[in-house]
Amino acid sequence: MADKVLMKGNEAIAEAAIIAGCRHYFGYPITPQTEIAAYMAKRMPKIGGCFLQAESEIAAINMVYGVASAGLRVMTSSSSPGISLKGEGLSYLAGSDLPSLVVNVQRGGPGLGGIQPSQSDYFQATRAGGHGDFRMIVLAPASVQEMAELTVKGFELADKYRMTSMLLADGTMGQMMEPVELASLKVNAAPEKPWATNGTKMQRAHNITNSLSLVPEELEQLNFARYERYAEIEANETMYEEYLMDDADICIAAFGIAARVSRNAVDEARRQGIKVGMIRPITLWPFPTAPFKAAADHVKSFISVELSMGQMIEDVKLASECRVPVTLCNRAGGMIPTPEQVLDAIVKANNGGER
Amino acid sequence: MVVFEKPHALTDAPFHYCPGCTHGIVHRLVAEVIDELGIEGRTIGIAPVGCSVMAYNYFNCDMIEAAHGRAPAVATGVKRADPENHIVFTYQGDGDLASIGMAETVHSAARNENITVIFINNAIYGMTGGQMAPTSLPGQITQTSPYGRDVNHCGYPVKVCEMLSELDGPEYLERVTVNSVKNIKNAKKAILKAFKNQVEGKGFSLVEVLSTCPTNWGMTPADALKWVDEKMIPYYPLGVYKDRSAAKEVEA
Repeated sequence: MADKVLMKGNEAIAEAAIIAGCRHYFGYPITPQTEIAAYMAKRMPKIGGCFLQAESEIAAINMVYGVASAGLRVMTSSSSPGISLKGEGLSYLAGSDLPSLVVNVQRGGPGLGGIQPSQSDYFQATRAGGHGDFRMIVLAPASVQEMAELTVKGFELADKYRMTSMLLADGTMGQMMEPVELASLKVNAAPEKPWATNGTKMQRAHNITNSLSLVPEELEQLNFARYERYAEIEANETMYEEYLMDDADICIAAFGIAARVSRNAVDEARRQGIKVGMIRPITLWPFPTAPFKAAADHVKSFISVELSMGQMIEDVKLASECRVPVTLCNRAGGMIPTPEQVLDAIVKANNGGER
Repeated sequence: MVVFEKPHALTDAPFHYCPGCTHGIVHRLVAEVIDELGIEGRTIGIAPVGCSVMAYNYFNCDMIEAAHGRAPAVATGVKRADPENHIVFTYQGDGDLASIGMAETVHSAARNENITVIFINNAIYGMTGGQMAPTSLPGQITQTSPYGRDVNHCGYPVKVCEMLSELDGPEYLERVTVNSVKNIKNAKKAILKAFKNQVEGKGFSLVEVLSTCPTNWGMTPADALKWVDEKMIPYYPLGVYKDRSAAKEVEA
């Protein structure tokens, strides 16, 4: 068995990115993810890579755009308010079909909000990272090990589909320390990128990286083609984990830290004889619709456990086609639900909504 | 015998620029310099948002279209992707470089980012139909300053070369214009130097080109060229604002 080391989630992301072949990182300090920048600042110069502290989140994402245009693996990271600033760049990356990895270690909002963990950027990540019709692949780790694994996966998917992968973590996941094993990470080398704007070497016609398309018929076709690619991703790249779902009467929907908390509540409820299980989406986009749809055939209700005012709950309702009730068990603004709170919600659901 | 031909670094695409606009001259000068230095195969150009948004169609080197004002940040990424080989230039107007992209401009200069910036200052927003620019002159009438730019209401124009010259970072800053044969020759020299500096690893080199916009200034092309002499140059004096290598030579 390979050696395990104790690492913070943020550091695991940084080291996994280096293992994935990322040699360019651009960022701007913001709590609770600054360890990523600090780690990169230390490591990159020693391995011939480039760490550069940008003057703003906007500059950082545009530096990412530059390196991605040149065909190399590249990343930036931030936390909620900073991701809002990156929104413009995310849209341009999508419009120019450029691969990149963007990490959001979420904190409570809106506005400057707080610095404690949150999942309230779910809508932003899965619906509206910026203007225009586009998607990002959104990966939601629930352990430090997964922080590392999904970082690698994020680069690979970004390259495969020429788009942005967003690692959507939260302050808890970023700050907590767990044993992590990096030696076993498998990395697929980046594919050939004949589209890259890295100099013609006078051997080919010039490449153009561009998101401008003034002829509506042409722009429509570009959108259609992009959404065909998205449909392929929905069919092939959806990831989730089921826990005790076979005989479940009640289904918890939770990702990231909320899934960690919920799992304890599920175990306790099972000890009390309540048939409860959990579906943990690992990709938030594409959302794992199939397992929720299937669960709706046999569960009495769903409970969406979130660190927000209820955002993923909309996807749970859509996926389960509202065939059974979906309730919300949540905390917001940087607060985390306790296992007891989730257990209460389970007991209530088991009693048909009565305590 | 060939006496005049198109530089190889320009494509065959016809320019979309208005009659009398000086973008075409500056494009040609940039292309001539790329040819003369033999760097087309390793050059990547960054187009802005503004009238020259479609510059990516006109240069034969690899081209990137950036978000409004972000060209220096994009250029930073492209340069850092392969600092030994990539020659990177941005081509930006005054709204792009001196208004929405001011932070990117200042910080790429402060870092002495080894890139070349071609800055077209025509004192107006051309693409959107003639609004007040950060470089519009006091009293200048535009669509959004219909009674003339009132400095008490919306402040003063930004003098980019003067401002950046206060930074320790940048290698080379020069303001030129292209309203006469003599001035075009000087502009060519400055653009050549700005690219050569990058090839030699010297750092951030910006050439500000006072340019014309007859369409939105509401003038004939000939009058527009005169307006540069009469109104723009007095406010934006031509000349070298910083040349660190030359200064070092003098000191030595």
